[in-house]
Amino acid sequence: MKPAPFRYVAARSLEQALQLKAAHGDEARFLAGGQSLVPTMNFRLTQPALLIDINPLTACAGVQQSGARSVRIGALTRYRTLERDAETARNLPLLREALPHIAHPQIRNRGTIGGNLAHADPASEMPAIVLALAGRLRAQSVRGERWIAAAEFFKGALTTALEPDEMLTEVELPAAPPRSGACFMEVARRRGDFAIIGVACTVELDGDGSCRQARIALCNAGDGPIFARAASASLAGRSIGAAETAAAAALVQGEIDPGGNVHASRDYQRHIAGVLTARALKTANERAQRGH
Amino acid sequence: MATDADNGETHDITVTVNGVPYRREVEARLLLSDFLRHDLTLAGTHVGCEHGVCGACTIIFDGAAVRSCLMFAAQADGHAIITVEGLAGDREHLHPLQAAMRECHGLQCGYCTPGILMTMKAFLDETPQPDEAQIREALSGNLCRCTGYQHIVEAMQLAAERLRK
Repeated sequence: MKPAPFRYVAARSLEQALQLKAAHGDEARFLAGGQSLVPTMNFRLTQPALLIDINPLTACAGVQQSGARSVRIGALTRYRTLERDAETARNLPLLREALPHIAHPQIRNRGTIGGNLAHADPASEMPAIVLALAGRLRAQSVRGERWIAAAEFFKGALTTALEPDEMLTEVELPAAPPRSGACFMEVARRRGDFAIIGVACTVELDGDGSCRQARIALCNAGDGPIFARAASASLAGRSIGAAETAAAAALVQGEIDPGGNVHASRDYQRHIAGVLTARALKTANERAQRGH
Repeated sequence: MATDADNGETHDITVTVNGVPYRREVEARLLLSDFLRHDLTLAGTHVGCEHGVCGACTIIFDGAAVRSCLMFAAQADGHAIITVEGLAGDREHLHPLQAAMRECHGLQCGYCTPGILMTMKAFLDETPQPDEAQIREALSGNLCRCTGYQHIVEAMQLAAERLRK
């Protein structure tokens, strides 16, 4: 229950952190909030030779408006900051609703959005939210930088598109447009536990109240976060009522591939995914009809 | 400063705990919880699960309640920590949180209690007039296997009331 020995460097600059990662590749890990990495180190499931502590890089933390329609969140931004930020609450209602489900207050005081996304736990809420919002992620290395679409970023359980020398430094999420609604729901065994299934969805309306675009993503429903393509597409152009949410829920049940575990069988996870999808879509649609 | 050795690498750190500055040489892999207990002999911070689930090791780090088993001592360099030993002003008087826990029977074995006290200290500093649901949410990251939480919730309501006066 104690970590194996490693070298520790508190980064003095982003450039230094990236140079160290370039030199040591997969042997090195970035230490952000440490709320996922350190438990695995305590179990010795992860034994990095070098830990690059990026907590001193305060320039990598913070939320800023980017143009009129999107929000950029520094990778080192802690959940605590997001929970207390009025702008985030207004611009990213899906994230606001999901935040209280993410672990416990002590974990959220320390955990960072970038650390979570780079860890890419399929049961985690944040990857599904970034996928539902069609966000994009900024990766930097000594070679330069690139933006990666959420759909391209998550490659499977604990696996991302990041190269061994890259750091996730920023996340860009579109701000909720007018006449849209969002909803996040999950079922967990206890408050703060990993979700048995979680559903994140957004609904954007046309002038006549029909659905212009809906996006549905799920957590703990497969090898990584799952974007329910067919279910999302089924709602476009329709007025969302009970028949539409039921049809979308059935499509979701066919699009996911939950693993099942000792607490929830695959069939139970699939059942819950259908129930939550129908409820979350109904709620998101009602919120959109009301204008928020 | 760091040595070059791959194993047993050490760092000199200066950390303020309960208002007292300490300077120590620590191994890179030393958990902050073990640093507090073994190096500073502040054994009030308890260690339960050592993977961030139980909350027994909760301390206040730069004003926020955090799990000390999920941080390394080296990360505390230049930072300020409050542990359960720093809660009461002196040895003669309990902090209102501690007094309320005693009066309301908020503990039995007491193993989880230091973590709960530090969690609730940070919570009540930020939320002086909590309702019961907020208290339960704030407590959700601390496991207590004795009390069933009801008496802890009552203690926190009593403490909040007294702290407001």
